[in-house]
Amino acid sequence: MLELGFMQRALLAAVVIGVACGALGFFVVLRRLAFIGVGISHSAIGGVALAIVLGWSPLGTAAVFAIAVALAIARLARTGRLSEDAVIGIFFSGSMALGVVLFSLRRGYQQDLFGYLFGNVLAITPGELGLLAAAAAGVLAALAWLFRPLLFLAFDEEVARAYGHPVAALEAALLVLLAATIVIGVRLVGVILVEALLVVPAATATLWASHYRTQLVLAMSLGAAAGVVGLATAYAFDLAAGGTIVLVSVGGFFLSLLLRPRAT
Amino acid sequence: MSAAVAVRFDGVSVERDGRLVLEDLTFTVRAGQFVGIVGPNGAGKTTLLRALLGLVPIASGRIEVLGRPPGAAHGEIGYVPQRHAVASGFPATVRDVVALGRLGRAGGRRAARAAAEQALARVELLDRADRPVGRLSGGEQRRVLLAQALCAGTRLLVLDEPTIGLDLPAEQAFYALLRSLGTTVLAVSHDLLALASAADELLCINRTMHAHGNPDEVVHSHALREAYHCEFDFLAGELAHHERLASGPDS
Repeated sequence: MLELGFMQRALLAAVVIGVACGALGFFVVLRRLAFIGVGISHSAIGGVALAIVLGWSPLGTAAVFAIAVALAIARLARTGRLSEDAVIGIFFSGSMALGVVLFSLRRGYQQDLFGYLFGNVLAITPGELGLLAAAAAGVLAALAWLFRPLLFLAFDEEVARAYGHPVAALEAALLVLLAATIVIGVRLVGVILVEALLVVPAATATLWASHYRTQLVLAMSLGAAAGVVGLATAYAFDLAAGGTIVLVSVGGFFLSLLLRPRAT
Repeated sequence: MSAAVAVRFDGVSVERDGRLVLEDLTFTVRAGQFVGIVGPNGAGKTTLLRALLGLVPIASGRIEVLGRPPGAAHGEIGYVPQRHAVASGFPATVRDVVALGRLGRAGGRRAARAAAEQALARVELLDRADRPVGRLSGGEQRRVLLAQALCAGTRLLVLDEPTIGLDLPAEQAFYALLRSLGTTVLAVSHDLLALASAADELLCINRTMHAHGNPDEVVHSHALREAYHCEFDFLAGELAHHERLASGPDS
């Protein structure tokens, strides 16, 4: 398996994506952003479809589209006129519908659509791997810089604002990082399942650790491990790579639930 | 020589959704004073604190906090907002949470850690510094929030319902701790009697100022009854009883 070039790239991509998603996933679980994550990930389909129709870079356009949707959700939700889940639902369904309609304008088998819906990491090129690694490095660097202000925000937004921290900008930054990480993850498991990469390793980490440093390291490690084990399993049994990665991750969560230590 | 003015409200009005929430409030808080703010639900008590912190705009009037406009005295004000409890799974220790009060200030993490430990010592929680904050009792969590506020600023403490959810002994211990700090305190509470026992001055508001002065006088005033739109015939005896409890079993 390891002597095959495409598997080497796929495994490296799985590690890079698993680490980035695990790190962002810490805040997704802590701040209860899972549904926003679903909304953003599904909105990426609209961006991908737009890019394919217009001949632009699919991942680049998806990233811009996802970031715009993330910021729009945050802005609308803050007005208080609609609940956050309603706003997410509107953008989620609207973007998906846009994607479906745009794809329907193209005739024939929609390989591109399936690749983005369910992931296509085995087809990743060296250039794409480099881009993903650079994007993941950027996300991790930004997260390291903003970590403690974001932790303060998670603890008490009002106190953080009272002490002069730029709460609105921090919220926007977190959503931008979330959108960027989702687009990175789409390559591995697709739009439908990328949310699992964000939520499951971080949720599993909370079962084993009570301090943020340990939870963070665990989430990143579990994300990478699920990617590697999932890919190896998919290769061995000729299964869908993206789905197998998520199943391994979810299996790890339920196993942890059974084994959950009494004291952490 | 009179103490310097820590907080000054001068004809302050605040609007929300086109409606006056606070109207023409004027009062001062001197350095070192413990001032309690009481009033019925919807009186604007929390809005008063938020206006002082620069979290809500004012429609008219002027606010000065430590000689500066609201929101300009970061690093000198500590704030304990109204909240019931820290989430049990919040993944940080007591020391981590307290040190967040110093985030962004000069000195970096080492200085923040030292300041956190100093603040924890003042609230008698240094031995809990490494515990997960979500596993502390309600009273201990209140003291953690107070320590975080002390870490953020010690010239003025602003507290919104700081004793919510605490039983009577814990509430009295908390107010005794506040008094022992010797700093300027502005506290809102629904527990009129407990606050009146602890504070140097009491403000009673219900959109406007209804009473302001010595706690005993305010509690017995007709203005208080007007602000709450009800009678408090039990208060005279209850206040004395509260003060006896606060003094201890030998009083």
